[in-house]
Amino acid sequence: MSGAGDGDGGAGGESFEARLRAARERQGRPSGVETKLHLDKLPTSALGVGLRVAVELVSALVVGVAIGWALDHFLHTSPVFLALFVLLGGAAGVLNVWRVMGPGRGP
Amino acid sequence: MAAGGTIDALGQFTLHPALGRIGAAVHFSQSNLFMVIAGVLVLLLLWLGMRPRALVPGRLQAAAELSYETVMSMCVETIGPEGRRFFPFIFTLFFFILLGNLLGVWPYFFTFTSHIAVTLAMAVFVVVMVTVVALRLHGLHFFSYFMPKGVPIALAPLLIPIEILSYLSRIISLSVRLFANMMAGHAMLEVFGAFVVMLGGAGLLGIVPAGVSLAVNVALIGFEILVAALQAYVFAILTCIYLHDAVHLH
Repeated sequence: MSGAGDGDGGAGGESFEARLRAARERQGRPSGVETKLHLDKLPTSALGVGLRVAVELVSALVVGVAIGWALDHFLHTSPVFLALFVLLGGAAGVLNVWRVMGPGRGP
Repeated sequence: MAAGGTIDALGQFTLHPALGRIGAAVHFSQSNLFMVIAGVLVLLLLWLGMRPRALVPGRLQAAAELSYETVMSMCVETIGPEGRRFFPFIFTLFFFILLGNLLGVWPYFFTFTSHIAVTLAMAVFVVVMVTVVALRLHGLHFFSYFMPKGVPIALAPLLIPIEILSYLSRIISLSVRLFANMMAGHAMLEVFGAFVVMLGGAGLLGIVPAGVSLAVNVALIGFEILVAALQAYVFAILTCIYLHDAVHLH
């Protein structure tokens, strides 16, 4: 994008960037400002974080209960696997929360 | 609607056949109709926006370029340089959900993301795709993902099931987050809307609380627009994070 003479008939000799910078200064905007949106982080509001943690905690438990119940249902071993997978699911939920909120990651 | 003096907050989520008898015959509901509308709107934005191909973009072209650049930077910054390969997928996912959420804020429009069936299908698709990507890039080495480094081998029987459950729980957390946010927001709008009607009809004493409910509803609409954009973004960025894990393993 060094369009100095791209045939758009602007001020001769000046590059597009120079004209853009001049226009920005006329408008009172510093030239270094990025116009692109920067969205590389997850929301950090208290409600958002709380909801995220709650969903992480519960979802693993739901998967654990579902797997345990299904295994019991097909193997006719009720309630052995359900009891086992509730515990594993709870542990996985805590692991999920640790991954989100643990040290070095921040909220 | 507040028919018969009761608040039916969940009635708005029932499916009806759209497009008359043809829609009824093929079970084409208003949910499907809004999916089609959302897809067509995204295509129209890109097609109409990029038609002028101006060096200094107009409004629509700026919107199209901004959407491209935002999703592209999200892909590259989260996944890494390999993220370019997943750009079409992330872009489609993000704008489909965003349009679905935003269309739903419009009165009388249906929010298809407020159905767990829709969000669960998308989440299952994402997790299956992430797994397939990891398997293709790393082969069977992918399964080392479930065994954290530096852990005594004696703990493996306990840790591997926990890691697998944690991996599978992505499906639930991804889908429930979007679905619950959209459904709760629209149910709240319905409840406060019913308050306005019921209190407003209750005589002189009800006028002030009805006005307060109306004000709350106005604020809630603004909040819903924020949530609509935020949840689409969260869904897309979490997909990117999962893809990063799949591409880089640990």
